Amino acid sequence: MTDKRITIRAARFDPEKDKAPHPQSYDIPFSDDSMVVLDALNYIKAHVDGSLSYRWSCRMGICGSCGMMVNGTPKLTCAAFLRDYWPGPVTVAPLTNFPIVRDLVVDMEDFMHKLKSVKPWIIRKQEMPLGAGEHHQTMDQIDDFRQFSQCINCMLCYAACPVYGLDNDFLGPAAIALARRYNLDSRDQGTKIRLPVLAQSDGVWECSFVGECSVVCPKGVDPAKAIQQTKLDTTLRFVLPYGNRE
Amino acid sequence: MDFESYDVLVVGGGLAGIRAAIAVVEANPRLKIGMVSKVYPMRSHTVSAEGGAAAVLRPEDSYETHAFDTIKGSDYLADQDVVEAFVREAPIELIQMEHWGCPWSRDPDGKISARPFGGMTTWRTCFAADKTGFHMLHTVFQTSLKYPQIHRHDEAFVTKLLVDNGRCEGVVAVDMRSGRFEAITAKSVILATGGLGRVYAFTTNGNICTGDGMTLAYRAGVGLKDMEMVQFHPTGLPYTGILITEAVRGEGGYLLNKDGERFLKRYVPNKMELGPRDIISRAMVTEFEEGRGFEGPHGKFMHLDVRHLGEAAIDRKLPFMRELGREFVGIDIVKDPIPVRPVQHYMMGGVDADISGVTPLPGLYAAGECANVGLNGGNRLGSNSLSECLVFGAAAGRAAAEYSSSAKAVSSNPIEAMLKDERARIEAGYLDKKGGEERIGTIREEMQRDMDAGAGVFRTRESLEKLTKQLGALRERFTNIKIEDSSRTFNTELTAALELDFMLEVADTITYSALAREESRGAHSRRDFPERDDAKFLKHTIAFRTDEIAPRLEYRDVRITNFKPQARTY
Repeated sequence: MTDKRITIRAARFDPEKDKAPHPQSYDIPFSDDSMVVLDALNYIKAHVDGSLSYRWSCRMGICGSCGMMVNGTPKLTCAAFLRDYWPGPVTVAPLTNFPIVRDLVVDMEDFMHKLKSVKPWIIRKQEMPLGAGEHHQTMDQIDDFRQFSQCINCMLCYAACPVYGLDNDFLGPAAIALARRYNLDSRDQGTKIRLPVLAQSDGVWECSFVGECSVVCPKGVDPAKAIQQTKLDTTLRFVLPYGNRE
Repeated sequence: MDFESYDVLVVGGGLAGIRAAIAVVEANPRLKIGMVSKVYPMRSHTVSAEGGAAAVLRPEDSYETHAFDTIKGSDYLADQDVVEAFVREAPIELIQMEHWGCPWSRDPDGKISARPFGGMTTWRTCFAADKTGFHMLHTVFQTSLKYPQIHRHDEAFVTKLLVDNGRCEGVVAVDMRSGRFEAITAKSVILATGGLGRVYAFTTNGNICTGDGMTLAYRAGVGLKDMEMVQFHPTGLPYTGILITEAVRGEGGYLLNKDGERFLKRYVPNKMELGPRDIISRAMVTEFEEGRGFEGPHGKFMHLDVRHLGEAAIDRKLPFMRELGREFVGIDIVKDPIPVRPVQHYMMGGVDADISGVTPLPGLYAAGECANVGLNGGNRLGSNSLSECLVFGAAAGRAAAEYSSSAKAVSSNPIEAMLKDERARIEAGYLDKKGGEERIGTIREEMQRDMDAGAGVFRTRESLEKLTKQLGALRERFTNIKIEDSSRTFNTELTAALELDFMLEVADTITYSALAREESRGAHSRRDFPERDDAKFLKHTIAFRTDEIAPRLEYRDVRITNFKPQARTY
């Protein structure tokens, strides 16, 4: 076991030196069956090449930092086991559909703007004073939006989305799922306020329902469903302007 | 030269930092707030908190019992006035989180639910399944987006506090994307940079938990309080150190040794699995030493068994644990016991701050894990830290807002020179450094291994003295590091080196504070001084930076109000 080795082909790109990304191969010990792709990158950075750049933190699939393309598929590298890619080589590249900042680091500023644009906060006509205590909410009401609240903003769905690949103006899966999360929350009254950004030409209507977003989501969120539900919502609103929950 | 200039600058974008920023807006909406974080805020380590947030929200509960549980849990090293204020504020903060949209798990009547937790005498740990930190962080971050007063500098790494005329006036930061050095000035600065778990090898903490804020404050002359108090959580997954939440035991899980015995009956017979973390971690290590642990490829472990709870309860209350078991261990916790062993988890110690987050340096505030406001003493109770981030984040925000509302503007003259010096220091020492032989990764791994061995669950004079020598040698070797990456674009070798520099310095405050506390209290367990010694050590340790490696230590009496120290048995 200890002398087992595996080759990692990591994409390298330094805009100060390189015109285009190029792969670099590292042959490293595959010393433990529990090793994940992120462990391999960390081994390279600590012991072979300190200049390899990538983002990571929690290594438990919840901070959303370490999404990359592993053999062409968007993955959280902290949960992608090397044993599943044995005998390799394993190709690691930055998430597709995003500009590359450096090596395996992508530019996600576009998403940060989109996140904000859907107004992902509780909107109420009148705030309840703190002294009045909590809103009551049943577990069934939470079930209405639960799955859409599980998004960790890891960007795998944007990397998998062919529409976003063609047109970066598309609002995209995670942002729409998040809008849906608030629209479905019994405490929220902001559906109408979020409608314009969802219903605009770059909103839900651009989705061609390929559904790859839901396939790659590591957290069981179904953004494709959020998009289809929102399409229905926006249509009903057009037909029945007063017939819907706020 | 123009600098970004704010009324209040928050360093850190986790739960405490964002709560602080919103509190500034609430206190004075005219103030301009900056928030600088080395990661996008939703990546902050709050995201990994699982079990819940404590507050007195149920009629059968009382402030007095929450305060007593916290103080007893702290092994009487908590400042009791701080605890008493905390327990009154916590319920308000959790209701505020509810109004902001946190998806708290609910009772059948629609009210916020609660679960039992270690060291708490009643059910007061509110939760959002077993992803409480994740939900709280995303809720508060998304809520913060509605405030135009809050201006974020994401992925900017703070290297130094700007101090002029005895006042903190901002920071120097490297914008990671452009590599540009920036002075970000402010009338007041709130440190909310989180913990330092990465000084240890086996930790639940994410890669970003490198004690940055603690070292920044220490270098600016502020004391670090009770740094010997490091929490080891009883249940981490072997190899990864991934946290298995205390809620597993709160919901009824058993801890079993290799004989299938609930061994805690020998240590905390009245509390069993709901004993406090420090005592349970010691019990586990003792069982290991006496040959009653399981042996695995990644060391000794115990079993944490929830099979008797049934699939429905596990899926409703502990879905993330099932996911973690499946993803990272290849087990189904409905059918298999979970392998666990004690793991570094939390830092009770931190930047010396008072009940409002005020530090001794004018203009500097601190909140959350990087601060020590006196709440947790020698051992934090599980689920008090998320509430702490809210209560003391908000308090620091209000205090900084008040200070900044009347403080005079920062003058740019000295700032410019300080920025130039700091930039020169980092370019010469890192980016443009020639030669050097030591790998950052090697020094970091040795530090982590040495800390695990010398300043772990049990310590002795011998282990700590050896550790001070090892750390001293590593600091020496650090001067000979090799930097392979001179790019200005997203240079994570630079940030890793700066983080290691912070960690090597803060690690020494742990070892020297631990050496001097010749007693056992809370998480600080000295085999050579096994008893608590209230006559000598009912005091906070405050470590100040000197020109030597060893800090100068001062002591400050613990503030006792209503709860006389007594023997701590469970």
